[in-house]
Amino acid sequence: MQARLTVSDLACRRGDRVLCRGVNLALQSGDACHVTGANGTGKTTLLRSCAGLLTPFAGTVETEGAIGLLDERMGLDPDLQLGRALAFWQKIDGCADVDAAIEVMGLDNLLDVPVRYLSTGQRKRAGLVRLIAQDAPIWLLDEPLSGLDVRAIEQVTALIARHGESGGIALVASHQTLSIAGLTTLELADYAPSTAPEPAA
Amino acid sequence: MITALLKRDLARFFPFTGSGAALPVIFFLAVAMLYPFAVGPDAPLLARTGGGVVWIAALLAAILPLDSLVARDIELGVFDQLKLRGVTEEVSMAVRLAAHWLSFGPPLILATFPAAALLNLDGETLHILLLGLLAGTPGLAAIGLMIASLTASLRAGAALSGLLLIPLALPILIFGAGALARMDVASLGFVAAISLVLVALAPFAAGAAIRAARES
Repeated sequence: MQARLTVSDLACRRGDRVLCRGVNLALQSGDACHVTGANGTGKTTLLRSCAGLLTPFAGTVETEGAIGLLDERMGLDPDLQLGRALAFWQKIDGCADVDAAIEVMGLDNLLDVPVRYLSTGQRKRAGLVRLIAQDAPIWLLDEPLSGLDVRAIEQVTALIARHGESGGIALVASHQTLSIAGLTTLELADYAPSTAPEPAA
Repeated sequence: MITALLKRDLARFFPFTGSGAALPVIFFLAVAMLYPFAVGPDAPLLARTGGGVVWIAALLAAILPLDSLVARDIELGVFDQLKLRGVTEEVSMAVRLAAHWLSFGPPLILATFPAAALLNLDGETLHILLLGLLAGTPGLAAIGLMIASLTASLRAGAALSGLLLIPLALPILIFGAGALARMDVASLGFVAAISLVLVALAPFAAGAAIRAARES
């Protein structure tokens, strides 16, 4: 897997407030980076800018390789059974087999349950299955550990580590500590605008 | 990929498979049923005004599916995930437009037959009415999609979209129902032309609206 994620001099804006500016980041294949910062420092906005879903207020984002995004919105139809909701993304991604990922995440006995009956943690695990099946080299994970039990947290941490070993990039925004070898940290509070939040002209 | 997307959208919106998707057709028939009760069983009067009533019913029925048309998938993050997989907002909106029309246009056209019987419409009127709806419903679907995506990020979006659709749909109504008054299919050409322009514009307008909703 060949992948690259370069962020240069990025400024993020939410509404008319600049949340962070001057963010620089260069991730190569195998790199993992932990984005930390208090609530409202722009972690989600940074990740969505990296995904190309938001236009950067300033600076540029360059990526090489497909992007997989996991945030609090799983894209799974609440009225559909979990198996069918996942099957839709499987068809879009053109991937042959999600069964292995479903088993790893311990969802194999929930496939006939409508997504709206799943708990927060189960829904998060379903999102992770979708992410694994997408097989994208760049992972942007927004709070991937929130709502998960101890065992699932270990599994997800191992999953991110394994993704790095196989040449993938992971950019993880999380309040939890991540125990992954070679993890770099990006503290967003360091990039907060020096003055009080200013209107973005 | 497009096929999978269209299948999903159709399953969501098609009558009797999607949730509440049969409502527009039921609503349409209910109006056609109520009208004779309201004006009395005067057969010639019904025959003369019935075609216009069917048009109004079709226009109002087009409003019903709007609140779930786009807003729900924005909340679910479906468009975000599709974008990451190289499906632009314009493409997903073009597919959504096709699914939206298929799920309310043809069922409404079919429902026009029982409605015509209820309103005592003769064969000639029914003929013009069917052609008019065939030409006009794609335009109504396109207006609906644009409005639904523009109002998706607003809290009172559902109520607002109904109010917005009515003035925008006026040209279709005027030319479509006008053909009935003069028993002349010529003005249906205008309806078809308006629909064509709207259908061509809708995916771009709706796609831009979805991108704008992300920034808000």
